[in-house]
Amino acid sequence: MTVIQKKPDNPIAHLSAEDIEIIGKELDAIRERVLADRGEADARYIRNVIKTQRTLEVGSRAVLLFSLFPPAWVVGTLGLSIAKILENMEIGHNILHGQYDFMRDPKIHSTTWEWDHVSPADQWKHSHNELHHRYTNVLGKDNDLGYGIMRVDEDQKWHPMHLGQPLWNFLNACFFEYGIAAYDLELGRNLQKGRHRDPAFRARVRAVGRKIRRQVLKDYVIHPLLSGPSFLTTLAATFTANLIRNLWSHSVIMCGHFPQGVETFEKTSIEGETRGEWYLRQMLGSANISGSRLMHTMTGNLSFQIEHHLFPDLPSKRYQEIAPQVRALFDRYGLKYTTGPLPKQVASAWWKVIRLSLPNRRSTQPADGLPTRTLATTGA
Amino acid sequence: MTTTVPRSPARISVRDRLLRLAETVTTPLLPEDYLDLIAPLRAGAALRGRVLAVDPETRDAATLTIQPGRDWRGHAPGQYVRLGVDVDGVRQWRAYSLTSAPGRRDGRICVTVKAIPDGRVSNHLVRRLRPGTIIHLDQAQGDFVLPDPAPTRVLFLTAGSGITPVMGMLRAGAHTRSDVVVVHSAPTVDDVVFGAELRALAAQGAIRLVERHTDTDGMLGVDELAGLVPDHLERQTWACGPVGMLDAVERHWDAAGVARRLHTERFRPTVISPGEGGTVTFTRAGLTVTADGATPLLDVGEAAGALMPSGCRMGICFGCVVPLRQGAVRDLRNGELTTAVPGDGVLIQTCVSAAAGTCDIEL
Repeated sequence: MTVIQKKPDNPIAHLSAEDIEIIGKELDAIRERVLADRGEADARYIRNVIKTQRTLEVGSRAVLLFSLFPPAWVVGTLGLSIAKILENMEIGHNILHGQYDFMRDPKIHSTTWEWDHVSPADQWKHSHNELHHRYTNVLGKDNDLGYGIMRVDEDQKWHPMHLGQPLWNFLNACFFEYGIAAYDLELGRNLQKGRHRDPAFRARVRAVGRKIRRQVLKDYVIHPLLSGPSFLTTLAATFTANLIRNLWSHSVIMCGHFPQGVETFEKTSIEGETRGEWYLRQMLGSANISGSRLMHTMTGNLSFQIEHHLFPDLPSKRYQEIAPQVRALFDRYGLKYTTGPLPKQVASAWWKVIRLSLPNRRSTQPADGLPTRTLATTGA
Repeated sequence: MTTTVPRSPARISVRDRLLRLAETVTTPLLPEDYLDLIAPLRAGAALRGRVLAVDPETRDAATLTIQPGRDWRGHAPGQYVRLGVDVDGVRQWRAYSLTSAPGRRDGRICVTVKAIPDGRVSNHLVRRLRPGTIIHLDQAQGDFVLPDPAPTRVLFLTAGSGITPVMGMLRAGAHTRSDVVVVHSAPTVDDVVFGAELRALAAQGAIRLVERHTDTDGMLGVDELAGLVPDHLERQTWACGPVGMLDAVERHWDAAGVARRLHTERFRPTVISPGEGGTVTFTRAGLTVTADGATPLLDVGEAAGALMPSGCRMGICFGCVVPLRQGAVRDLRNGELTTAVPGDGVLIQTCVSAAAGTCDIEL
């Protein structure tokens, strides 16, 4: 992919400024319809998911106390993996987005929630909700594009370090929560700029340190110790559960913005961006995953990444409900609704990581000299 | 040197140590998050109650019988309790007078709720609440209570659901300690909450009851009191009812120079009438500014010099969420109103909310 503004066949060239504002209005109307109906069913849903997750986690950890017996190890590890995935994806991510703030329940609120993850909730909320969701797919603004360690767009400058990015990506997938914590700290940039003495940065590093300590103590010390003779097997089980959770969430998240068909945007294109233009950027900058109900739940409904990016604060279960309306809007305005089954999207994202580890070939170089249209001035 | 009763250090440290161990297992949650799933009413939990029964009193009033959590500290007759109930998925807090006598052997408490027209919470409680529901509670509070020793002569002047705190006092035996007159107004005879019980007390001679049915006899004027209860100004009087009635009663007792004998209970002390813009106070910063109805409170606060948390400034990141202690705000995206009174625990996104009346923001 190349930033949308440099494409010879700009996929939004056919839209007038007026069209874009009408699209915005239509999306606002979809949001209003959900808000009018939001209430008891959504509250019941999240409480049920939380209850299921907690029961599953306690049950699995109890079974793992006897993990010396292989069947107990398999059942407990599987259960704990699912519990951790649910906790991060459908519960933590979505509550931290404020999707359930409307309930006014202090126990289920974006300002009080803490999740089973080494990155503290407040740091993640800043880098994810504020930066990534606001600047989705804007090169140089949205660090989710390659997480600062990879090149996932032709218009990102190639560096010999990128030769190793298939390996970096694999390691990041295995230890994804640590990758996220480092990313939320902007570790690379802060160290590079010599900010290691900055008190605010140090305080955030300490907060991450405390969180890591607590998480490691729970999963790799206390729980194995409580397992007595099953110490080593429980240790292996919690490690495996974290690994499975990391690989799964990494795959789902890669599918959100990396697959073929997703557009990126120039930094200058968002100057003076209108509400309609912001919506349009979210529409083109995200990709969905098609699949079963269970798959949607296990991705925290991030399989409806397009709908999530349009309405990050609507309860996640509503995304599948509004997806047909959103898709119809894409069709009406001749826009590409990027979606595909999980294996295809994962493969597409991985292929991009592998392909862009090498410098651009001449033919894929952006066509220099072509008039660049910025999103903000499209049709103007 | 002061001495204190030595606490048993061994026991406390074992308990603390166990708690700390439990926390290392449940992190990032707390042990209570798991215990709440199985024992929401246990000692040490946030105060809750289980609704055991919802019994109709009149066509629009019902009594809820509630088993409060183990940490319920009891109440004095006449006090109220704040209930937090989820209506359409949203936690709402309202205060209701306790109508049961304190210290029941089964530990249960009762509140009696009258559904008011368009009252979201009261209608939910009277018509939709099902036994078994867990609700949230605060400890009982309020000073609309009888003193000890009890006065010799008492007048209860009530209207509508204003009878509820008085019923709490009567059930606790107020009439056994004082000479009691009850003057109560309701639209019709069937609308009198606790009508049968009050009439029975009157028939036994335990109280003197003056019932006024306003649909047929019109509103009770304070000037009529002299005829109905000639010694009313000499009685210690507890009055509870609509704002208009209480205002008239207060003027009447004031004019007679015996305001100290009058005790009133206002169910809705804060009346919020949303408009456009208003005075905004950042309570911790001690800043008060005037805001219009179109400027986000985030901008208002920043211009005033309050340390506002902020993020995307477009309503998506929830980085600017702060508590609205009381007041009304309007969502700039769709005009939706949010109102709050103290204790509601309402949090708002300042980047997309503008003042719609006087607002106190806890910042």
